[in-house]
Amino acid sequence: MNSSVEALRATFGSAIGRAIESCGDTIVYIDPAKLPEVMRWLRDTPEQHYDYLVDVTAVEYRDRERPLEVVYNLRSLARRTDLRIKVELDPQGDLTLDSVVPLWRGADWLEREVYDMFGITFRGHPDLRRILMWDTYAEGYPLRKDFPLRGRFSRAEQVRQALAANPEAHYSMEELSIAQAYDGLPPDMQERLRRGERAKIPYSE
Amino acid sequence: MKRVLETKEVAGQSPNYLLAKVQDLIDWAVNSSRANSLWPMPFGTACCAIEFMATAASRYDFARFGMERQAFSPRQADVLICAGRLPFKLAPVIRRIYDQMPQPKWVISMGACASSGGIFDNYAMVQGIDTIVPVDVYVPGCPPRPEGLLYGVLLLHKKIKGESLFDRAPRREEQPLDERGLRLPPEQINEISEPFGNSIHQFRSA
Repeated sequence: MNSSVEALRATFGSAIGRAIESCGDTIVYIDPAKLPEVMRWLRDTPEQHYDYLVDVTAVEYRDRERPLEVVYNLRSLARRTDLRIKVELDPQGDLTLDSVVPLWRGADWLEREVYDMFGITFRGHPDLRRILMWDTYAEGYPLRKDFPLRGRFSRAEQVRQALAANPEAHYSMEELSIAQAYDGLPPDMQERLRRGERAKIPYSE
Repeated sequence: MKRVLETKEVAGQSPNYLLAKVQDLIDWAVNSSRANSLWPMPFGTACCAIEFMATAASRYDFARFGMERQAFSPRQADVLICAGRLPFKLAPVIRRIYDQMPQPKWVISMGACASSGGIFDNYAMVQGIDTIVPVDVYVPGCPPRPEGLLYGVLLLHKKIKGESLFDRAPRREEQPLDERGLRLPPEQINEISEPFGNSIHQFRSA
Protein backbone atom coordinates (compact mmCIF):
# COMPACT_ATOMS: atom_id res chain seq x y z
CA MET A 1 0.00 0.00 0.00
CA ASN A 2 1.22 3.41 -0.93
CA SER A 3 2.35 5.49 2.07
CA SER A 4 0.45 8.48 0.68
CA VAL A 5 -2.79 6.91 1.85
CA GLU A 6 -1.91 7.29 5.53
CA ALA A 7 -0.77 10.83 4.97
CA LEU A 8 -4.00 11.63 3.11
CA ARG A 9 -6.10 10.21 5.93
CA ALA A 10 -4.13 12.16 8.52
CA THR A 11 -4.59 15.40 6.60
CA PHE A 12 -8.11 15.18 5.18
CA GLY A 13 -9.84 12.71 7.50
CA SER A 14 -13.33 11.85 6.35
CA ALA A 15 -12.85 13.23 2.82
CA ILE A 16 -10.81 10.14 2.09
CA GLY A 17 -12.90 7.07 1.41
CA ARG A 18 -11.76 3.49 1.13
CA ALA A 19 -8.35 2.62 -0.23
CA ILE A 20 -7.65 -0.63 -2.01
CA GLU A 21 -4.69 -2.21 -3.67
CA SER A 22 -5.10 -3.78 -7.08
CA CYS A 23 -2.31 -5.36 -9.12
CA GLY A 24 0.26 -3.43 -7.08
CA ASP A 25 -1.46 -0.08 -7.60
CA THR A 26 -3.04 1.84 -4.79
CA ILE A 27 -6.52 3.21 -5.43
CA VAL A 28 -7.96 5.87 -3.16
CA TYR A 29 -11.56 7.02 -3.31
CA ILE A 30 -12.06 10.63 -2.33
CA ASP A 31 -14.95 13.01 -1.81
CA PRO A 32 -15.75 14.91 -5.04
CA ALA A 33 -16.20 18.15 -3.12
CA LYS A 34 -12.64 17.95 -1.76
CA LEU A 35 -11.06 17.03 -5.11
CA PRO A 36 -9.19 20.30 -5.85
CA GLU A 37 -7.79 20.56 -2.31
CA VAL A 38 -6.62 16.95 -2.19
CA MET A 39 -5.07 17.18 -5.65
CA ARG A 40 -3.29 20.41 -4.87
CA TRP A 41 -1.99 18.92 -1.62
CA LEU A 42 -0.76 15.81 -3.45
CA ARG A 43 1.05 17.96 -5.98
CA ASP A 44 2.54 20.58 -3.67
CA THR A 45 3.48 18.68 -0.52
CA PRO A 46 7.20 17.87 -0.78
CA GLU A 47 6.75 14.35 0.67
CA GLN A 48 4.09 13.58 -1.94
CA HIS A 49 5.22 15.51 -5.00
CA TYR A 50 2.88 13.96 -7.55
CA ASP A 51 4.02 16.22 -10.36
CA TYR A 52 2.75 14.23 -13.33
CA LEU A 53 -0.88 13.57 -14.21
CA VAL A 54 -0.70 10.46 -16.38
CA ASP A 55 -4.34 10.19 -17.35
CA VAL A 56 -7.84 11.30 -16.55
CA THR A 57 -10.57 8.94 -17.54
CA ALA A 58 -13.97 7.73 -16.39
CA VAL A 59 -15.71 4.39 -15.96
CA GLU A 60 -19.37 3.53 -15.96
CA TYR A 61 -20.09 -0.02 -14.91
CA ARG A 62 -22.70 -2.32 -16.38
CA ASP A 63 -24.08 -2.71 -12.87
CA ARG A 64 -26.53 0.18 -12.63
CA GLU A 65 -26.13 0.31 -8.83
CA ARG A 66 -22.48 1.25 -9.06
CA PRO A 67 -21.63 4.92 -9.38
CA LEU A 68 -19.81 6.47 -12.27
CA GLU A 69 -16.11 6.84 -11.46
CA VAL A 70 -13.69 9.48 -12.62
CA VAL A 71 -10.13 8.18 -12.43
CA TYR A 72 -6.98 10.25 -12.02
CA ASN A 73 -3.68 8.45 -12.50
CA LEU A 74 -0.92 10.36 -10.74
CA ARG A 75 2.79 9.77 -10.82
CA SER A 76 5.61 11.29 -8.90
CA LEU A 77 8.55 11.38 -11.26
CA ALA A 78 11.02 12.16 -8.48
CA ARG A 79 9.76 9.49 -6.07
CA ARG A 80 8.86 6.98 -8.78
CA THR A 81 5.51 6.31 -7.19
CA ASP A 82 2.06 5.91 -8.67
CA LEU A 83 -1.24 6.77 -7.07
CA ARG A 84 -4.71 6.35 -8.51
CA ILE A 85 -7.40 8.68 -7.27
CA LYS A 86 -11.04 7.87 -7.92
CA VAL A 87 -14.07 10.06 -7.51
CA GLU A 88 -17.56 8.61 -7.47
CA LEU A 89 -20.48 10.43 -9.09
CA ASP A 90 -24.13 9.52 -9.30
CA PRO A 91 -24.91 8.85 -13.00
CA GLN A 92 -28.43 10.22 -12.56
CA GLY A 93 -27.26 13.23 -10.59
CA ASP A 94 -25.24 16.30 -11.33
CA LEU A 95 -22.14 15.31 -13.26
CA THR A 96 -19.93 18.21 -12.31
CA LEU A 97 -16.42 18.18 -10.97
CA ASP A 98 -13.72 20.76 -10.41
CA SER A 99 -11.15 20.89 -13.15
CA VAL A 100 -7.53 20.03 -12.36
CA VAL A 101 -6.21 22.02 -15.33
CA PRO A 102 -4.96 24.79 -12.97
CA LEU A 103 -2.78 22.11 -11.33
CA TRP A 104 -1.66 20.09 -14.34
CA ARG A 105 -1.90 21.72 -17.75
CA GLY A 106 -1.90 18.28 -19.33
CA ALA A 107 -5.40 17.68 -17.98
CA ASP A 108 -6.80 20.03 -20.62
CA TRP A 109 -7.41 17.51 -23.42
CA LEU A 110 -7.90 14.60 -21.02
CA GLU A 111 -10.82 16.35 -19.34
CA ARG A 112 -12.19 17.36 -22.73
CA GLU A 113 -12.18 13.70 -23.72
CA VAL A 114 -14.00 12.69 -20.53
CA TYR A 115 -16.50 15.47 -21.17
CA ASP A 116 -16.96 14.34 -24.77
CA MET A 117 -17.45 10.66 -23.96
CA PHE A 118 -19.23 10.81 -20.57
CA GLY A 119 -20.74 14.28 -20.35
CA ILE A 120 -18.99 15.18 -17.11
CA THR A 121 -18.64 18.94 -16.81
CA PHE A 122 -15.40 20.24 -15.35
CA ARG A 123 -15.81 23.52 -13.54
CA GLY A 124 -13.01 25.93 -14.30
CA HIS A 125 -11.81 24.20 -17.47
CA PRO A 126 -10.56 26.91 -19.84
CA ASP A 127 -12.01 25.47 -23.04
CA LEU A 128 -14.46 22.67 -22.37
CA ARG A 129 -15.79 21.39 -25.70
CA ARG A 130 -15.87 18.11 -27.56
CA ILE A 131 -12.54 16.74 -28.72
CA LEU A 132 -13.22 13.44 -30.54
CA MET A 133 -16.73 14.00 -31.81
CA TRP A 134 -17.47 17.16 -33.73
CA ASP A 135 -18.80 20.30 -32.06
CA THR A 136 -22.33 19.93 -33.42
CA TYR A 137 -22.68 16.25 -32.42
CA ALA A 138 -26.15 16.01 -30.95
CA GLU A 139 -26.60 12.33 -30.11
CA GLY A 140 -25.23 12.47 -26.58
CA TYR A 141 -22.23 10.98 -24.82
CA PRO A 142 -21.13 7.75 -26.51
CA LEU A 143 -19.47 5.89 -23.63
CA ARG A 144 -22.42 6.21 -21.26
CA LYS A 145 -24.20 2.92 -20.67
CA ASP A 146 -27.56 4.36 -21.74
CA PHE A 147 -26.12 5.29 -25.15
CA PRO A 148 -27.10 2.76 -27.85
CA LEU A 149 -24.15 1.22 -29.64
CA ARG A 150 -25.25 2.50 -33.04
CA GLY A 151 -26.10 5.98 -31.83
CA ARG A 152 -29.46 7.56 -31.30
CA PHE A 153 -30.17 8.67 -34.86
CA SER A 154 -30.88 6.48 -37.86
CA ARG A 155 -28.02 5.74 -40.22
CA ALA A 156 -29.57 7.97 -42.88
CA GLU A 157 -29.75 10.88 -40.45
CA GLN A 158 -26.17 10.26 -39.33
CA VAL A 159 -24.98 10.27 -42.94
CA ARG A 160 -26.99 13.39 -43.67
CA GLN A 161 -25.55 15.22 -40.68
CA ALA A 162 -22.02 14.03 -41.44
CA LEU A 163 -22.25 15.20 -45.06
CA ALA A 164 -23.70 18.53 -43.97
CA ALA A 165 -20.63 19.14 -41.83
CA ASN A 166 -18.00 21.51 -43.04
CA PRO A 167 -14.63 19.72 -43.26
CA GLU A 168 -12.81 22.97 -42.60
CA ALA A 169 -14.64 23.61 -39.35
CA HIS A 170 -11.80 22.67 -37.03
CA TYR A 171 -12.27 25.73 -34.92
CA SER A 172 -14.36 26.38 -31.88
CA MET A 173 -16.87 29.18 -31.78
CA GLU A 174 -14.40 31.17 -29.67
CA GLU A 175 -11.65 30.83 -32.23
CA LEU A 176 -14.02 31.74 -35.03
CA SER A 177 -15.17 34.85 -33.21
CA ILE A 178 -11.54 35.84 -32.74
CA ALA A 179 -10.93 35.32 -36.45
CA GLN A 180 -13.94 37.48 -37.21
CA ALA A 181 -12.69 40.18 -34.92
CA TYR A 182 -9.29 40.18 -36.65
CA ASP A 183 -10.35 42.69 -39.28
CA GLY A 184 -11.45 45.11 -36.60
CA LEU A 185 -8.08 45.12 -34.84
CA PRO A 186 -5.76 48.11 -35.15
CA PRO A 187 -3.03 47.62 -37.79
CA ASP A 188 -0.15 47.34 -35.32
CA MET A 189 -1.88 44.52 -33.46
CA GLN A 190 -2.67 42.75 -36.76
CA GLU A 191 1.01 43.00 -37.61
CA ARG A 192 2.01 41.53 -34.24
CA LEU A 193 -0.45 38.64 -34.69
CA ARG A 194 0.87 38.03 -38.18
CA ARG A 195 4.38 37.71 -36.78
CA GLY A 196 3.11 34.91 -34.56
CA GLU A 197 2.75 36.78 -31.32
CA ARG A 198 0.07 35.27 -29.15
CA ALA A 199 -1.82 36.56 -26.17
CA LYS A 200 -1.23 35.16 -22.71
CA ILE A 201 -2.96 31.83 -22.38
CA PRO A 202 -5.91 32.35 -20.03
CA TYR A 203 -5.16 29.60 -17.50
CA SER A 204 -1.39 30.08 -17.21
CA GLU A 205 -0.52 31.14 -13.69
CA MET B 1 -22.37 0.45 -75.15
CA LYS B 2 -25.80 -1.13 -75.19
CA ARG B 3 -26.83 0.92 -78.18
CA VAL B 4 -23.67 0.02 -80.03
CA LEU B 5 -24.28 -3.66 -79.44
CA GLU B 6 -27.86 -3.40 -80.60
CA THR B 7 -26.70 -1.70 -83.77
CA LYS B 8 -24.19 -4.44 -84.38
CA GLU B 9 -26.82 -7.16 -84.15
CA VAL B 10 -28.19 -6.05 -87.47
CA ALA B 11 -24.76 -5.59 -88.97
CA GLY B 12 -24.55 -6.25 -92.66
CA GLN B 13 -27.92 -4.72 -93.38
CA SER B 14 -27.76 -1.60 -91.27
CA PRO B 15 -26.27 1.63 -92.52
CA ASN B 16 -25.16 2.18 -88.91
CA TYR B 17 -22.66 -0.63 -89.17
CA LEU B 18 -19.72 1.60 -90.10
CA LEU B 19 -20.62 4.17 -87.51
CA ALA B 20 -20.75 1.46 -84.87
CA LYS B 21 -17.33 0.30 -85.92
CA VAL B 22 -15.93 3.82 -85.65
CA GLN B 23 -17.52 4.21 -82.22
CA ASP B 24 -16.00 0.92 -81.12
CA LEU B 25 -12.61 2.05 -82.31
CA ILE B 26 -12.86 5.34 -80.45
CA ASP B 27 -14.06 3.57 -77.31
CA TRP B 28 -11.26 1.06 -77.56
CA ALA B 29 -8.63 3.78 -77.87
CA VAL B 30 -10.03 5.96 -75.10
CA ASN B 31 -10.79 3.13 -72.71
CA SER B 32 -7.43 1.45 -73.20
CA SER B 33 -5.60 4.62 -72.43
CA ARG B 34 -7.81 5.33 -69.43
CA ALA B 35 -7.64 1.84 -68.01
CA ASN B 36 -3.94 1.39 -68.49
CA SER B 37 -2.86 4.65 -66.93
CA LEU B 38 -5.01 4.99 -63.84
CA TRP B 39 -3.78 7.52 -61.35
CA PRO B 40 -4.83 6.38 -57.92
CA MET B 41 -5.66 8.73 -55.10
CA PRO B 42 -4.97 6.74 -51.93
CA PHE B 43 -7.25 7.49 -49.02
CA GLY B 44 -5.75 5.30 -46.34
CA THR B 45 -7.30 5.41 -42.89
CA ALA B 46 -6.41 2.08 -41.29
CA CYS B 47 -4.59 -1.24 -41.61
CA CYS B 48 -5.81 -1.63 -45.22
CA ALA B 49 -3.49 1.26 -46.04
CA ILE B 50 -0.54 -0.90 -44.97
CA GLU B 51 -1.59 -3.53 -47.49
CA PHE B 52 -2.09 -0.77 -50.00
CA MET B 53 1.50 0.35 -49.43
CA ALA B 54 2.65 -3.23 -49.90
CA THR B 55 0.70 -3.31 -53.17
CA ALA B 56 2.42 -0.15 -54.29
CA ALA B 57 5.88 -1.31 -53.26
CA SER B 58 8.28 -3.31 -55.34
CA ARG B 59 7.16 -6.86 -54.57
CA TYR B 60 3.58 -6.49 -55.84
CA ASP B 61 4.07 -3.23 -57.67
CA PHE B 62 0.82 -2.04 -59.14
CA ALA B 63 2.82 0.18 -61.45
CA ARG B 64 2.83 -2.91 -63.65
CA PHE B 65 -0.84 -2.22 -64.30
CA GLY B 66 -0.35 1.39 -65.23
CA MET B 67 -0.79 2.88 -61.77
CA GLU B 68 2.70 4.27 -61.84
CA ARG B 69 1.90 7.66 -60.52
CA GLN B 70 0.10 8.00 -57.25
CA ALA B 71 -1.74 11.26 -57.14
CA PHE B 72 -1.83 12.73 -53.67
CA SER B 73 -3.92 15.53 -55.06
CA PRO B 74 -7.50 14.71 -56.05
CA ARG B 75 -7.27 17.14 -58.97
CA GLN B 76 -4.84 14.85 -60.75
CA ALA B 77 -6.38 11.52 -59.83
CA ASP B 78 -8.97 9.34 -61.48
CA VAL B 79 -9.40 6.43 -59.09
CA LEU B 80 -10.04 6.93 -55.41
CA ILE B 81 -8.94 3.98 -53.30
CA CYS B 82 -10.50 4.12 -49.87
CA ALA B 83 -8.34 1.81 -47.77
CA GLY B 84 -9.73 1.42 -44.30
CA ARG B 85 -12.64 2.29 -42.07
CA LEU B 86 -14.30 5.63 -42.48
CA PRO B 87 -15.64 7.46 -39.44
CA PHE B 88 -18.47 9.94 -39.84
CA LYS B 89 -16.02 12.71 -39.09
CA LEU B 90 -14.15 11.87 -42.31
CA ALA B 91 -17.30 11.47 -44.43
CA PRO B 92 -17.41 15.11 -45.62
CA VAL B 93 -13.67 14.91 -46.32
CA ILE B 94 -13.87 11.92 -48.65
CA ARG B 95 -16.94 13.42 -50.28
CA ARG B 96 -15.05 16.62 -50.98
CA ILE B 97 -12.06 14.70 -52.31
CA TYR B 98 -14.38 12.75 -54.60
CA ASP B 99 -16.08 15.94 -55.77
CA GLN B 100 -12.69 17.50 -56.50
CA MET B 101 -11.61 14.67 -58.78
CA PRO B 102 -12.17 15.38 -62.47
CA GLN B 103 -14.38 13.15 -64.60
CA PRO B 104 -14.09 10.32 -65.45
CA LYS B 105 -13.47 8.90 -62.00
CA TRP B 106 -13.82 5.59 -60.25
CA VAL B 107 -13.77 4.43 -56.66
CA ILE B 108 -12.35 1.25 -55.18
CA SER B 109 -13.58 0.38 -51.72
CA MET B 110 -10.79 -1.65 -50.15
CA GLY B 111 -11.53 -3.94 -47.24
CA ALA B 112 -14.54 -4.96 -45.20
CA CYS B 113 -14.80 -1.72 -43.23
CA ALA B 114 -14.83 0.56 -46.24
CA SER B 115 -17.30 -1.70 -48.04
CA SER B 116 -19.77 -2.39 -45.24
CA GLY B 117 -18.56 -0.99 -41.95
CA GLY B 118 -17.08 -4.39 -41.14
CA ILE B 119 -16.95 -5.17 -37.45
CA PHE B 120 -17.44 -1.50 -36.61
CA ASP B 121 -21.22 -1.42 -36.55
CA ASN B 122 -21.27 1.47 -34.10
CA TYR B 123 -22.12 5.11 -33.65
CA ALA B 124 -18.93 6.53 -35.12
CA MET B 125 -18.46 4.58 -38.33
CA VAL B 126 -19.89 4.96 -41.81
CA GLN B 127 -21.54 1.66 -42.78
CA GLY B 128 -19.98 1.39 -46.20
CA ILE B 129 -18.53 4.30 -48.14
CA ASP B 130 -21.15 3.74 -50.84
CA THR B 131 -23.44 5.81 -48.62
CA ILE B 132 -21.05 8.71 -49.22
CA VAL B 133 -19.60 8.21 -52.69
CA PRO B 134 -20.50 5.78 -55.50
CA VAL B 135 -18.25 2.72 -55.53
CA ASP B 136 -17.16 0.71 -58.57
CA VAL B 137 -15.19 -2.16 -57.09
CA TYR B 138 -15.47 -3.66 -53.61
CA VAL B 139 -12.40 -5.57 -52.48
CA PRO B 140 -13.31 -7.90 -49.60
CA GLY B 141 -10.88 -8.93 -46.90
CA CYS B 142 -9.74 -7.77 -43.52
CA PRO B 143 -7.42 -6.47 -44.76
CA PRO B 144 -7.28 -7.81 -48.33
CA ARG B 145 -3.94 -9.16 -49.46
CA PRO B 146 -2.13 -7.21 -52.19
CA GLU B 147 -3.26 -9.85 -54.68
CA GLY B 148 -6.83 -9.00 -53.73
CA LEU B 149 -6.34 -5.33 -54.41
CA LEU B 150 -4.58 -6.10 -57.69
CA TYR B 151 -7.52 -8.28 -58.68
CA GLY B 152 -9.83 -5.40 -57.85
CA VAL B 153 -7.75 -3.10 -60.02
CA LEU B 154 -7.95 -5.59 -62.88
CA LEU B 155 -11.73 -5.78 -62.44
CA LEU B 156 -11.81 -2.01 -62.65
CA HIS B 157 -9.78 -2.21 -65.88
CA LYS B 158 -12.39 -4.60 -67.22
CA LYS B 159 -15.17 -2.26 -66.21
CA ILE B 160 -13.48 0.75 -67.80
CA LYS B 161 -12.88 -1.16 -71.02
CA GLY B 162 -16.59 -1.97 -71.15
CA GLU B 163 -17.66 1.66 -70.92
CA SER B 164 -18.60 3.73 -73.92
CA LEU B 165 -18.23 7.40 -74.66
CA PHE B 166 -21.48 7.26 -76.61
CA ASP B 167 -23.56 5.84 -73.81
CA ARG B 168 -24.68 8.50 -71.41
CA ALA B 169 -26.53 6.16 -69.06
CA PRO B 170 -23.66 5.19 -66.73
CA ARG B 171 -22.50 8.77 -66.42
CA ARG B 172 -22.45 9.58 -62.75
CA GLU B 173 -24.86 11.87 -61.06
CA GLU B 174 -22.80 14.58 -59.45
CA GLN B 175 -25.57 15.73 -57.17
CA PRO B 176 -27.41 13.46 -54.75
CA LEU B 177 -31.02 12.66 -55.52
CA ASP B 178 -32.64 14.19 -52.47
CA GLU B 179 -31.97 15.99 -49.23
CA ARG B 180 -31.08 12.68 -47.56
CA GLY B 181 -27.89 12.64 -49.61
CA LEU B 182 -28.64 9.34 -51.33
CA ARG B 183 -27.58 8.91 -54.93
CA LEU B 184 -29.98 6.05 -55.58
CA PRO B 185 -33.59 5.49 -54.54
CA PRO B 186 -33.72 3.91 -51.05
CA GLU B 187 -35.39 0.69 -52.30
CA GLN B 188 -32.61 0.17 -54.79
CA ILE B 189 -29.96 0.76 -52.13
CA ASN B 190 -31.60 -1.76 -49.80
CA GLU B 191 -31.81 -4.29 -52.57
CA ILE B 192 -28.20 -4.10 -53.65
CA SER B 193 -26.73 -3.64 -50.20
CA GLU B 194 -28.57 -6.48 -48.47
CA PRO B 195 -25.72 -8.98 -48.47
CA PHE B 196 -23.30 -6.37 -47.09
CA GLY B 197 -25.14 -5.27 -43.99
CA ASN B 198 -24.11 -6.83 -40.70
CA SER B 199 -27.06 -5.45 -38.82
CA ILE B 200 -30.39 -7.19 -39.19
CA HIS B 201 -32.34 -4.21 -37.90
CA GLN B 202 -31.05 -1.51 -40.14
CA PHE B 203 -31.03 -1.09 -43.87
CA ARG B 204 -28.32 0.81 -45.62
CA SER B 205 -30.64 3.55 -46.77
CA ALA B 206 -32.40 4.21 -43.46
